[in-house]
Amino acid sequence: MKSFFRRFMRPIIAILVIYLVFLLGPIAGLDFPIIVGRIQESPKMLVQFLIIGLANGAIVAIIALGYTMVYGIIELINFAHGDVYMIGVFTALSTLSVTGALTTNNPVHLVLGIVAALVVAMIVCASLNVAIERLAYRRLRNAPRLAALISAIGMSFIVENIGLIWAAQSWLVPSFGTTGGGAQKSFPDLLSKIMISLNLDPNLLASTGLGLRFTIKDLLVIVLASILMIGLRFFIQNTRLGKAMRATAQNRDAAKMMGINIDRVISITFLIGGGLAGAAGLMAGLYNNTAWWFMGFRVGIQAFTAAVLGGIGNITGAMLGGFLIGLLAAFSDGYMDARWTNLWVFAVLVLILIFRPTGLLGEQVGEKA
Amino acid sequence: MSKRLFVTFSVLVIASMLLAACGGAGTTAKTLKIVSSLPMTGANLVISQAIVNAEILRLEQAGGKACGGKYNVVYEAWDDASAALGKWDPAVETENANKAAADPTIIAYLGTYNSGAAKLSIPILNQAGPLVMISPANTYPGLTHAAAGLTDPDEPDKYYPSGIRNYARVAATDDYQGSVDANLMVSLGIKTVYIVDDNELYGKGVADSVHQNATKVGITVIAQEGYDTKAADYKALMTKISTSNAGGPPDAIFIGAVVDNNVAQVLKDKVAIMGDNETVKFIGPDAIYTGALIEGAGADVAEGVYASAPGLAFKDLGEVGKKFLADYTARFGGATKEPYAVLGFDTMGAALKAIEDVCAAGGDPTNRQAVRDAVFAIKDYDGALGKWSFDANGDITLLWYVVGKVTGGQFVEFGSFLP
Repeated sequence: MKSFFRRFMRPIIAILVIYLVFLLGPIAGLDFPIIVGRIQESPKMLVQFLIIGLANGAIVAIIALGYTMVYGIIELINFAHGDVYMIGVFTALSTLSVTGALTTNNPVHLVLGIVAALVVAMIVCASLNVAIERLAYRRLRNAPRLAALISAIGMSFIVENIGLIWAAQSWLVPSFGTTGGGAQKSFPDLLSKIMISLNLDPNLLASTGLGLRFTIKDLLVIVLASILMIGLRFFIQNTRLGKAMRATAQNRDAAKMMGINIDRVISITFLIGGGLAGAAGLMAGLYNNTAWWFMGFRVGIQAFTAAVLGGIGNITGAMLGGFLIGLLAAFSDGYMDARWTNLWVFAVLVLILIFRPTGLLGEQVGEKA
Repeated sequence: MSKRLFVTFSVLVIASMLLAACGGAGTTAKTLKIVSSLPMTGANLVISQAIVNAEILRLEQAGGKACGGKYNVVYEAWDDASAALGKWDPAVETENANKAAADPTIIAYLGTYNSGAAKLSIPILNQAGPLVMISPANTYPGLTHAAAGLTDPDEPDKYYPSGIRNYARVAATDDYQGSVDANLMVSLGIKTVYIVDDNELYGKGVADSVHQNATKVGITVIAQEGYDTKAADYKALMTKISTSNAGGPPDAIFIGAVVDNNVAQVLKDKVAIMGDNETVKFIGPDAIYTGALIEGAGADVAEGVYASAPGLAFKDLGEVGKKFLADYTARFGGATKEPYAVLGFDTMGAALKAIEDVCAAGGDPTNRQAVRDAVFAIKDYDGALGKWSFDANGDITLLWYVVGKVTGGQFVEFGSFLP
């Protein structure tokens, strides 16, 4: 009986899933003839959705790296990570406000302000992430897995509430206004402002007459994300510390016996993950122009999905997963019904967990996992 | 330093004892309690606070007493939102309703702000006396009456298990708001509209109603679509909409949503893809008629957004309304811009009038049933909105809507519209 299940479970689930997709698909806008018709009608729209999907995917990918690195090294899903990213958005916005970049029209001042915001956001988020690890996770490292997980959810709530308080501090950022910390706050569109002050069109493809939008914002997000990803990959593969991280991920005890300071390596993992979240915070602020105390939650879940999709613990997989999620969401918004976009994103998560639990590129975690 | 602190504390302690003694010895009057249940955590705080202030003001004008001093009337503003959700929370609203039902001194429940919350609390309070509810803001028609295509077949009766109506409201309902917004679009010369909604009871209700009414007055509705209220951005959705009208953008986008549901982000991406709000107009219902939208989107992005809300344009208010605005400014040290403040004032006004009417008829205002009957009997009440009555369903008879337009970073009254 047991072997029967083992043999036929997957085909049965596969048939069920295919049945559901064909039954529910049209309700959720998955109507192939219409989609194909619309792509033929206007192929350049496809390119446009590709650009939007790539830029959004890049942000998700950078956050997914933080999830996957932490999971790779201590097998903990750090649910507070999305909220660390949210703190990155607020740090960046506050830095821009303090440096006067929000009120100036001088392009040099604006660029310097953005660079300062990037550095400050990365430092603050890195420190916050290390502090979270030190306070909440380190002493639970040998406790049951569930204890650390619940403590991660608790940290997530704490950080969200910090964001809620922060968003009400209008002495720091005057545009926070008087409506309290609960509402979305505006993150001014500084990149377009720089372009306009230089008498350039923010849309880099405006002069080509194609009617496509590839703005300075898309460019910055994709370029900055690529630099960070390549840098991280280089660090992990080619430096002593990167080697120590990989060794710790493979087998913590053996790494300890080889003289690697485990606590330090784990701290550095959190430091890098937090720094990436801070950078993602600045990118998201400049790209989507919103700061909101709750914004880390949904992006966090999407990034987690991306990490699982690519193979949790696998850094290349997280990048790939992030881009795929961004593209999937853009295509669902663009060609299907926006009401159902989440359905498709999380349907992918379910399918991956059923059919390929190790993710697209395979897990890279220790033998204990 | 420590001596001075000690003296200060002693004075405070003695003063508080004296006050307590006065309170205990001076009154034999019974206490009637009125509570409000509104979302006071999250983006709705500004609107809710304006309503609460107006209710406080109305009660203070009555001297906190009713029936010639025989009763002390106290008011408590309860919060039905939670920080975890950042908006009204079903668990908190249910808890509030149960708490009110269990406290026999409470004789009126002023709320809710969200129609979804009212769906939960009406049945609870209906079986507690029934305890009368007066809402300053609920616009979902099904709470009081059936509206074709908008309400479920078993509405509104399913909310009243005891068979007695206990819910009235001073806000005009969505079945009229849809018609008002359609009239607004006609007056703005709009021919095509794309409707998006947040999939919630209120947002989708308004959007459906606008859909019906716009079609009725000859406006082409290109499509109606829900959006994910927690998405990071809507650039792909807006790109799709930008070519939905035979390759170009529609004349206007109508959004049926509450401001908490990421409306600022939708607006921002709409402006980024399709240009400012004169090129493609952005119109929404009462729940986006708030400064929170402008702070979230930025004043330059929000410029030119239209929103309708129950009530009368401040410039069209009558004598009572004008006096209310002046009193509000004097009492709270600043003028209010929220149209809901006027409705909040009349909500408390209706509750106090009902208490007085019960006393005048020789009844007992601690009896919830008596107060309910008096609320439903209100006719030609001289409120801040004008002269109005409640009909048998508990709906207000004065169906004014005010339309605001964002100008220079705030909502400025554009005009008053009737359905």
